[in-house]
Amino acid sequence: MHLDHHHDGPAAVSADAHRPNGSRRALRIGLGGPVGSGKTATVAALCRALRDELSLAVVTNDIYTREDAEFLLREAVLPPERITAVETGACPHTAIRDDISANLEAVEDLEDEVGPLDLVLVESGGDNLTATFSKGLVDAQIFVIDVAGGDDIPRKGGPGVTTADLLVVNKTDLAPYVGSDLARMAADAKAQRAELPVVFQSLRTEAGVTDVAAWVRAQLAAWTA
Amino acid sequence: MSGGVQATARILARDDGRGGTSLPVLEGDGPLALRRTRGRGAEARVMLVGAMSGPLGGDHFTVEAAVEEGARLHVGSAAATIALPGQAKGEARYDVRLTVADGGELRWLPEQLISANGSELYVSTHVDVGAYGRLVLREEQVLGRVAEEPGRLSSRLVLRVGGRTVLDQELACGPGAPGGWDGPAVLAGHRAVGQLVVVRPEFAADPAASRVLGDGAVVMPLAGPAALVSAVAPDALRLRKLLDDALTSLG
Amino acid sequence: MSRAALLVLADGRFPAGGHAHSGGAEAAVKAGRITGASSLEEFCRGRLHTAGLVSASLAAAAVLGVNPMELDAAADARTPSPALRVAARKLGRQLMRAARATWPSVELDALAREFPKGAHQPVVLGVTARVAGLDAVDAAHCAAYESVSGPASATVRLLSLDPFDATAVLARLAPELDRVADQAVEAAGRVVDHGVDALPSASAPLLEIGAELHAAWPVRLFAS
Repeated sequence: MHLDHHHDGPAAVSADAHRPNGSRRALRIGLGGPVGSGKTATVAALCRALRDELSLAVVTNDIYTREDAEFLLREAVLPPERITAVETGACPHTAIRDDISANLEAVEDLEDEVGPLDLVLVESGGDNLTATFSKGLVDAQIFVIDVAGGDDIPRKGGPGVTTADLLVVNKTDLAPYVGSDLARMAADAKAQRAELPVVFQSLRTEAGVTDVAAWVRAQLAAWTA
Repeated sequence: MSGGVQATARILARDDGRGGTSLPVLEGDGPLALRRTRGRGAEARVMLVGAMSGPLGGDHFTVEAAVEEGARLHVGSAAATIALPGQAKGEARYDVRLTVADGGELRWLPEQLISANGSELYVSTHVDVGAYGRLVLREEQVLGRVAEEPGRLSSRLVLRVGGRTVLDQELACGPGAPGGWDGPAVLAGHRAVGQLVVVRPEFAADPAASRVLGDGAVVMPLAGPAALVSAVAPDALRLRKLLDDALTSLG
Repeated sequence: MSRAALLVLADGRFPAGGHAHSGGAEAAVKAGRITGASSLEEFCRGRLHTAGLVSASLAAAAVLGVNPMELDAAADARTPSPALRVAARKLGRQLMRAARATWPSVELDALAREFPKGAHQPVVLGVTARVAGLDAVDAAHCAAYESVSGPASATVRLLSLDPFDATAVLARLAPELDRVADQAVEAAGRVVDHGVDALPSASAPLLEIGAELHAAWPVRLFAS
C-alpha cells in the first residue's frame, strides 16, 4: 500500500485555480448548446472582440474531430497554435461533463505552449439541451440557443437553459421569418432562470457580440480580483 | 526437440582497407550453404543457398552475421525458405543473429519464408546495430503454399540500436496460434505479411515521416533512429511490390 | 487487495479519457472488417491476444514494482505505430490525472514528474493499481478488459450495434480474458527476474496499419 496525501507535483485537482508553477491559471468559459445555434460563430466573434485586449485560446469539442477548429482557423480569428480540437468519440457531452480529462489536457497544454493566457474558451460539440459543462473543467458557462430552434426552448428549460451562467438567444434577426416571439422567449427565460442573465443577439452586425463580450470581461474581472 | 538437424552458418564482414569488404568468415553448415557472389562497390554480397529444403520439424538452424566497422554486406537467398512438417517430433527453430558495428552497413534481404501446411516453426531474429550503423532488413512470411492452409508460425523480431531496444514484435499465426490471428484485428485473411526495417544514423535528428502507402502498408518512424514498414497483402508477389515501393519511398 | 477498488478502476465511467478511443474499431469498421457482432468478437479476440496481452503484462509488471521508465521504453518498442504511441501516452496522462485525484500518492506524483507528457497507459494503470492496493492479476485483468471493452462500446456507436449483442461478445470472451490475465502475470514475474525483454510482444499488423490510416483521416469520430 502506498496511500499518502502529500501533494507537491503538478496539479491533479481539475478545478485548481493555480498552475503547477504557482501562477494563477486562465479563466475558462464553456460554450454549449444545440447543433447549429451559433456556438462557433459566437466563439469567433468573441475572439475578434477580445483578442487585442486579452491573451486568448480556444478548445473545440467536435462531433467530427476538427470541423469547428478548422472553421476558426479558416476565419483566422486566432493564430493556429491557440486553437486545439479535442476528439470526443461521438459523445461530445461526455467530454465536457462526465470525463473531462482530454479537455483538461488540452487547456493545460495551451497554457504551457502559448501562455500565459487570460481566457480559454471551451466550445462543446453541438449536442442536446441537457449537455452542460463540469465545474471541474470551466469556471462559467454560456448556453447558446437560437430563435429558429423553436421559441418554446426557454419554456422547456433543461439544465443548459436553466443553470448556465449566461443564456444567449442567437439569430434574433431571423425571428420575423421563423415566427418566433422574442418577448415570450424572454419571459420564459426569466421564469426559468430568475436573476441569471440572458442576452439576445444577432451576429449579422459587427456589434452583435458586444453584450456577451461585456459579460466575459466582467467574469474575468471577478476571476482576477 | 531431438532427431532434427542442427546447423549454424556464420558470416563476418570486415573493411579490407582498400575500399572493399572482405569475408574472413564464411561458413556454411549442412543444409545452410553460403556463396559469395559479385558485389557492388564496397559491398560484399553473400547468397544463402538452401542445399536441402528446410527447416523440418525438429531442425534448429542458426545464421549469424557480423558486420564490422566500415564494412558493407548484402545477404540474399537463392530461393524462398519453406517450413515443412518433418519426421522428427516437435517444432523447428530458425534463429538469425545479426550485428552491425558503427560505420558498418548490412542489407539483409532474403526471400520469403513459407509456412507449409502441417509445419511448426519458430523464427527469431535479433539485430544489434551500433548507434552509427546502417541496416535494411526484410522479412516476409507467406502463410501456406498456393491454396493451402498454413502451418503454425511464430516469429519474433527484436531490433536494438545503440544498445536500446527500439522494436520488439512477435507474430503468431496458423493452427494453434492464439485466437483471432486471422480475424479483423490481425491478418483478416491476408496470406502474406512483411516487415522492412531501416536503420540510419540520420533518423536520430530527422526521423522518417509516417506515411500511408495504401490500405495494406505504412511507414512508421520507431522510437529511435529507425523506421518500420509493416505490410499485409493477399500473396507474396503483391507483398514484395509493397515493400519494394516502400524502400524506394524512403530514398 | 480490495475488490471494490478494482471495480472503481475498471469502471467504464472512470474519467480517464477512454471513451474517445475506439481501440482500432473505427478503422476496422471503415475498412469493412467489422460489420456486426461476430466480426466484432473476432476483432476483440485478436486484440486481446496481441495488444491486450502486452498491455496486461506491462500493467502487471508495474504492480510488481518494475521500473516504470524501463516498462515505458519496452512499450515504445512494442508499439511501432507512432499514432498508437501518441494515443497511449495521451491516455496515460489522462489516467494519471484521474488516478492522482482518486488515490493521491507520492508514487503517482513521482511518475507524473518523470513523464510530464504522459507514460504509456498500461504502465500508469499498473502503478495506479499498485497504489490502490490491487494485485498484479487485478491490473492485468483491467488492462485485458479495456483492450476489448473499448472496441465493443465504440462499435455500438459506430454501427448502431445492439448493445446487448456487444455486451454478450464481452461475456463470451471472459474465459480467454482470464487466461490472458494469467499469462500476463506469469510474464510479469519473469520480468522481475530477467528484465523487460521477457515481456510478450505479440503484435497485430492490421491494428498498427489501421491506426496509421486512421490518424491520416481528416474526419473521424474517435481519437484512435
